[in-house]
Amino acid sequence: MAKTLPKTDVVVVGVGWAGSIIAAELGKEGLKVVGLERGRERGLKDYSMIHDELRYGIRYELMQDLSKETLTFRNNMKERALPMRQLGSFLLGEGLGGSGVHWNGHTFRFLPYDFEIRSKTVEKYGEEKIKGLQLQDWGITYDELEPYFDKYEKAAGIGGEENPFGGKRSNPYPNPPMKETPLTKRFKDAAKTLGMKPYHMPSANMSEAYENQYGAKMAACQYCAFCERFGCEYGAKADPTVAVIPFAKNTGNFELRAHSNVTEVIHDGSKATGVKYVDVQTKEEFIQPAEIVVLTSYVMNNTRLLLSSKLGRPYNPDTGKGVIGKNYCYQILPGTTGFFDDEQFNTFMGAGALGATVDDYNGDNFDHSDVDFIHGGSISINQSGARAIQHNPVPQDTPRWGKEFKKQSIKYFTRSMNIGTQGASMPTRTNYMDLDPAYKDAYGQPLLRLTYDFSDQDKNLYNYIGKITDQIMKEMGASFINDRSPLEHYDIVPYQTTHNTGGVIMGAEKETSAVNNYLQMWDAENVFVVGASAFAHNGGYNPTGTVGALAYRAAEGILKYSKDGGALV
Amino acid sequence: MAAKTTDSKMSRRRFLRNSSYVAGGLVGGGLLGGLIGSRFNPETETASTGSVDSDHGTANQAQLYFTNPEKFEILQHAVERIYPKDETGPGAIDLGVPFFIDHQLAGSWGHNAREYMQGPFFPGSNFQGYQSPLKRNELFDVGIDRLDSYSQEKFKNKFTELEGEQQDEVLKDFEADKVKMRGATSKTFFNQLRAATLEGVYADPAYGGNLNMEGWKMKSFPGHQMSYINQIESDKFVEIKPKGLHSY
Repeated sequence: MAKTLPKTDVVVVGVGWAGSIIAAELGKEGLKVVGLERGRERGLKDYSMIHDELRYGIRYELMQDLSKETLTFRNNMKERALPMRQLGSFLLGEGLGGSGVHWNGHTFRFLPYDFEIRSKTVEKYGEEKIKGLQLQDWGITYDELEPYFDKYEKAAGIGGEENPFGGKRSNPYPNPPMKETPLTKRFKDAAKTLGMKPYHMPSANMSEAYENQYGAKMAACQYCAFCERFGCEYGAKADPTVAVIPFAKNTGNFELRAHSNVTEVIHDGSKATGVKYVDVQTKEEFIQPAEIVVLTSYVMNNTRLLLSSKLGRPYNPDTGKGVIGKNYCYQILPGTTGFFDDEQFNTFMGAGALGATVDDYNGDNFDHSDVDFIHGGSISINQSGARAIQHNPVPQDTPRWGKEFKKQSIKYFTRSMNIGTQGASMPTRTNYMDLDPAYKDAYGQPLLRLTYDFSDQDKNLYNYIGKITDQIMKEMGASFINDRSPLEHYDIVPYQTTHNTGGVIMGAEKETSAVNNYLQMWDAENVFVVGASAFAHNGGYNPTGTVGALAYRAAEGILKYSKDGGALV
Repeated sequence: MAAKTTDSKMSRRRFLRNSSYVAGGLVGGGLLGGLIGSRFNPETETASTGSVDSDHGTANQAQLYFTNPEKFEILQHAVERIYPKDETGPGAIDLGVPFFIDHQLAGSWGHNAREYMQGPFFPGSNFQGYQSPLKRNELFDVGIDRLDSYSQEKFKNKFTELEGEQQDEVLKDFEADKVKMRGATSKTFFNQLRAATLEGVYADPAYGGNLNMEGWKMKSFPGHQMSYINQIESDKFVEIKPKGLHSY
């Protein structure tokens, strides 16, 4: 029997970037906020043995414990979905700060094109161009979202220089760009020679010591090369546990409860009354009543909680109707590894978001009239720091083990580099999420079922952009490059990217979207669902900058709702 | 066991050291592998090269998972083929990799503690990942037994008695999924074995492999360093003495 606790103004489910921003912004205005986090509490003091590649980079200690909860996966609707038993393709977060603790810190703003992708594509290329894609506008424009991007970049101390293809900015980045290295310089020189417009990657690793609007002091990055998959023991990476949560707690209005796994949103069909959760250590069950429920628990859990709580209209892939679970997207990642026989580089040094980028082949920055896909991707060199276990680059005909493998992988550890693309991913009717009929989590709840495969759009984008990355790498002077393996079926095993999106998408119309442009549910006015779950498609960048902006937008909406009530749009 | 006496250890260590210089320098790693396979019990050889600090490797070089010395020996031979000693530097055995794997199998990784192990189990497609009901240490038990029985089928000999090239052929058949195995595919086992070998070569020495940071030294990887802020802009390649977690 669950114990019912005293009512709070707002309950936040999941305390990563989105949850902590909501807690800080609402706590500041006097609303009482309870934050429920299924993982443990953690912060700077917990990262003192963090330079351990095996523990954190390979065994994923900071990530989700799949023995308690995972998802099931299949490539298409005819298959039986099976559990993702081990982490691989993407690394789900768990614990205070969420994936914001172990991200690299690439912090872009999606392009103006992204938010109005359907209208702009149809207007320029005609309806035929988006055939087979379940493409939608987001119900908000870049210009409307700009002030929120600005707030997030200030909170996270982003260092960068203006993107020549980016939308209009109200302010420059709060920090200068990261350092120029031989690798970033070489990339930029090559890109310029090829007529492109390179710029330094916007970074949440502090290029200088910085204090944000919450009074959080962050130290300058040391380029120690343990960033992605690791926490930062210097407090030099913008991480919710450093940048936002201390302020939220200091408001006196935010109560954090760790080890609290929410299993249900309690509701009457049009309004939520609170959430049910289990203390994962003692196994006690609680009901936390609240005026407003905010889901900020990543793409997967936001979607799963709504489906298992039977809140909102589940998506039906046969008809394309319904919204919860709709438009799951991922990312397309063409790239090139270049090998340099006569030069050696300090590839083991770096920082998560140390890099340089070109956007000439992103969004609609180039003419798509004669290509068989839309959108594109940002192309970058990223010197995040190569580590010994994970990084074994070898020329393509090298065996995977034995003497020759040993020789080549040792040689090229410091004599190779990679150009990568964050390629946009477009929604289709049959890429979606629903509840698995067979498999359950440790608390008896059904697992989320992911049905996903690459489309022709994805493959065409991959092939086209891959030729561009080859070109840049050759221009950089590589002795040789590897052939790219063709993009075939999506595989849940090799690591690709933790940039999953969709499932609770935003939009201008109730029929086709789950939340409005304040991230308020059309079907339950006191429920807000925040995160990359709101992306109607995935753009050609890392998502966190846009997630941060949406979190500020949602915080404003929640405040408005707490005063006036009703539908905000 | 008798092989652990100091005398036999010394003589075998000396034997390997001498023969490896010859083999590595003149005819390459194949002969060395053959020598290890046919004449040398690699179990006793963990601190054999002059460059490895023998004090370092002793205290935690005991099996915490394997209780059958023959099975541990098969593991030793297999990882040495995956990452052989040669003119580039030490191989898996000298780096302590078999003990690394043994210790990993005894712990949470060997028991899949943080992985979803609830049934029902189905084989799955090529894109759905690990679907075996075997725990990882069970997978190694089954796989190691199968390395031996498959060697009997293919070469009428124990895996540890095969020439290096023959051991490679056995491993290649596992890698290519040509070997029938109980509870999992041979490819699954091989991939885990390969991954664990590389982990043992390059993980922090605190885990029992990468003895004396020799794995890192081969790659010019400096391990754990607090900062590269003063070198990150350098046009020149910088050699840095590696440091491990013990110096945190």
